[in-house]
Amino acid sequence: MGPADTVNHGIQTKLKVALGRRYHFAAAHRLHSNRLSEAQNRELYGKCNNPHGHGHNYILEVRVSGPVDPATGMIANLADLDAFVQRQVLDNYDHKSFNEDVASFRDTDTVPTTENLCIDIFQRLKTFPQATLEGIRVEETSNNSFEYAGEHTEDAAQ
Amino acid sequence: MVLLTRKIEFSASHRYDNPNLSPEENRRVFGKCNNPHGHGHNYTLEVTVAGEPNPLTGMVLDLKELKDLLEREIMQRMDHRNLNVEVPELAGKIPTCENLALLIWNLLEPKIPSGTLHRVRLYESPDLYADCYRPAASNRGASNFASTYLPDAETGH
Repeated sequence: MGPADTVNHGIQTKLKVALGRRYHFAAAHRLHSNRLSEAQNRELYGKCNNPHGHGHNYILEVRVSGPVDPATGMIANLADLDAFVQRQVLDNYDHKSFNEDVASFRDTDTVPTTENLCIDIFQRLKTFPQATLEGIRVEETSNNSFEYAGEHTEDAAQ
Repeated sequence: MVLLTRKIEFSASHRYDNPNLSPEENRRVFGKCNNPHGHGHNYTLEVTVAGEPNPLTGMVLDLKELKDLLEREIMQRMDHRNLNVEVPELAGKIPTCENLALLIWNLLEPKIPSGTLHRVRLYESPDLYADCYRPAASNRGASNFASTYLPDAETGH
């Protein structure tokens, strides 16, 4: 189905199709800000400030959108998306320590909260050539999740 | 505006193959999904309807009516079917998650008894879904991410 199938009904907007894909990675972090004292860090981050760090099984949800290619029926070939996410994110994140192994945190004094992970992941994925990155969502645990759709959310997300 | 979501599950088989491409091209583009004898999935479909609750009934729409509509339009058409062979609306199309979500939208939108169809989300597996929606101004701000944690039986995550 191509754009011809996304019929406009009067004032309604065109149909949009998006693809969501979930990935998994495990990584370690320690929440500690060099701009705060030891006591302030302990007070603010609690257990997450434990000097030796801890880790999570993260789930990353990536949403892309675009026209459905009539020849393939796809917005983007999953093999291309998987390889891109693997190269841009998973190879850099999986079984690593954000504080010690990931340059975008280690070298920039960025606290590896899941909020900051979202922004870093979005930057890594926004150049996906085959479709438009709508946004990403990261589950740190099944009870905590964070979303980011860039700074122009009104344009990027529904 | 209140959003109401009904979930159903169906199982179907499919194969990705474009007759305009050579067998080698098909294998390259579609990989395992081009396997000649097809394969199948347990699909999960979430249908979200938007509307104001009727003051008399307190409902956006009668869930029984939505359930019957999904049974008639989706289950009878797709459940335990070969999507390439048995669903005429998909003739000439690759039965991807995207195309299925679009077909489901087009089947349901004109028949929603009250309220308006807000989103169709079709999961092919816990880690892959396609959405169909109209990005209208009134929808702005509503999150489109999976709202629930779906444990992945295959990986144990």
